[in-house]
Amino acid sequence: MAQTLSLLSRRFGITGRRLVIAVPWVWLLLFFLVPFLIVLKISFAHTRLGVPPYTPLWDWTPEHALHLSLSAANYLFLARESLYLEAFLSSIRVAFISTLFCLLVAYPMAYGIARSSPRWRNTLLLLVVLPFWTSFLVRVYAWIGLLRNNGLINNVLMGLGVIHEPLVMMQTDFAMYIGIVYSYLPFMILPLYSNLEKHDHTLLEAAVNLGATPFKAFLQITLPLSLPGIIAGSMLVFIPAVGEFVIPRLLGGNNTLMIGRVLWDEFFNNRNWPEASAVAMTLLLVLVLPIMIFQRYQARDAGGGLRGNHG
Amino acid sequence: MQGPARAYSVSSAPGSAGPREAEAPWKNPAATAYIRIEGISKKFGQFTAVDDVTLDIHRGEIFCLLGGSGCGKTTLLRMLAGFEAPTGGRIFIDGHDMADVPPFKRPVNMMFQSYALFPHMTVENNVAFGLKQEGMPRNQIAERVAEMLALVKLDELAKRKPHQLSGGQRQRVALARALIKRPKLLLLDEPLGALDKRLREHTQFELVNIQKRLGVTFVVVTHDQEEAMTLATRIGVMNQGRIVQVGTPQEIYEFPSTRFTAEFIGNVNMFKCKVLEARPGHVYIESTDLGGRIHVSPGISSAPDAVVWAAVRPEKIILTREAPRESFNAAAGTIREVAYMGDVSIYLVELDSGKTVRVTQPNTRRHSDGAFRWDDRVWVSWHESSAVVVTE
Repeated sequence: MAQTLSLLSRRFGITGRRLVIAVPWVWLLLFFLVPFLIVLKISFAHTRLGVPPYTPLWDWTPEHALHLSLSAANYLFLARESLYLEAFLSSIRVAFISTLFCLLVAYPMAYGIARSSPRWRNTLLLLVVLPFWTSFLVRVYAWIGLLRNNGLINNVLMGLGVIHEPLVMMQTDFAMYIGIVYSYLPFMILPLYSNLEKHDHTLLEAAVNLGATPFKAFLQITLPLSLPGIIAGSMLVFIPAVGEFVIPRLLGGNNTLMIGRVLWDEFFNNRNWPEASAVAMTLLLVLVLPIMIFQRYQARDAGGGLRGNHG
Repeated sequence: MQGPARAYSVSSAPGSAGPREAEAPWKNPAATAYIRIEGISKKFGQFTAVDDVTLDIHRGEIFCLLGGSGCGKTTLLRMLAGFEAPTGGRIFIDGHDMADVPPFKRPVNMMFQSYALFPHMTVENNVAFGLKQEGMPRNQIAERVAEMLALVKLDELAKRKPHQLSGGQRQRVALARALIKRPKLLLLDEPLGALDKRLREHTQFELVNIQKRLGVTFVVVTHDQEEAMTLATRIGVMNQGRIVQVGTPQEIYEFPSTRFTAEFIGNVNMFKCKVLEARPGHVYIESTDLGGRIHVSPGISSAPDAVVWAAVRPEKIILTREAPRESFNAAAGTIREVAYMGDVSIYLVELDSGKTVRVTQPNTRRHSDGAFRWDDRVWVSWHESSAVVVTE
């Protein structure tokens, strides 16, 4: 056995280290790259009635020649039809605003947890993650119970005499933002916490000692040093929020145009798989480019970031 | 100035006039203190970190707070900086009560033990930080920063970030950053602690030079007696939240007033004794540890039969093969250990009483003919003025 292994390792360079590295690569290959290529392929096809509902990209002509048909029509249609552009812009706006609110809510929370006594820290973190133990859909439905006209919030407010008519909150942007911010908050808190938790408190003391008020010290020291955490958290919220479908559908109004809903309609109502694939590809491109730019920026800045300077 | 533990006056001590003491303001009763610490206490719950400390520190001094870990020296420093509020007592800096002055408004800057350099800023911006908070115009800041970087010899590295610097360079950035606002008082928390031995020696002289040039008052916290000895104009020895003794390095070393001070600073041989006769001029004591009498001059005022300790530094002990002339301050013994250190040799001599005494002798000659060896029978003795009587 050992001999076979050593033979293998000599002949093919298979070592334990390579095997360990191979696992994530194989995973990514099977579950990301292959589906990606399939969707990419479909996006260049034409729609047709039948199973599958799109034309093949290549086939063999009766003369046994390879016939390849690539169509850019789906992409051209995307560019021509203003609906798609509007949906993209609207999705990005919703995602951006949601990310901003997530950040505003999550930063103080993450900061508070990072500065709490170690005895409490794990409990507080557990509370942040706790909602994940319930199904995402159930939690969004719970918000309907809270926000609808005869829901908990309206009933309490009317019972207290604060309002006389129920506030219309369901099917509004307000409800949608509440749903998105609520659902994605942990994704913002956790990277922020893991960044803030590493901060050296003496840096703030040094800043205060040099004449900075505590607030100015925060702006000049804590905030810039937590930038990697802010960016990581924002990515984790922004990217899925752009393609968010369920929350706008359940809580938002019918007039909120989201690319996720366009995608759904394209796939299931219009059964136009090639067009839907083209939308998905474009969405990917729109999201991947900024990430790659960010990655490059981070790689260049590595080393100068959070590392403290203890001898 | 001294705590109640002090039994005799230091000013009568012979040969304590060093070059720095020509201008010793603490000896002038008319001089007003620049930093006045009045009955300062700090309690954390049940634990008393600093216990009723009163200190006067004069302008231009390098005052070292020396003590082991947990003795309260860092808490005292943090109260001067304003990071901790005292539970009792008051602090005056240049006549101003600091009680209601927040840390960012105090004329006090601090060099942190970890240096606490801002990792996202260049050396230049680290040093400029204090001036920027004051809203000083940019060109003035640039001028002052350049000046300061030249002083600490870092002008070449102005654009580097802290993680691109060596330990010694970081230490100098921290010093420059703390000095740029020309504070009335600079606090240094274990300033040389993170440097290796060779760099420490170089840096401590540089630190004293810079301090002299700028005339800033330094308060240094350290657990390292060597660091305190070389830097300080005066040392305040702390133990369990209290100041045990204040004095120049020489006074602290040669005339410790308590057993704690004597044992904390340098090596010392302690002989438990009973007082036979105490006079202003001399004191005669009987020591079973030594197996004989000890004469010490100058004397102390003490009741007969009081239990005291005679402290003798290892380098003050004379090692001979023949019995010394006097019968006191001497004992016979056998050499049990010899350690050759290059400049000195250390001998551990087991006295006939059973007590082991540490003796250091300078190696004045290169050849070791006639040197003391293991199991040699020898006499240890010392001069009357070499021993010090200390209390518990």
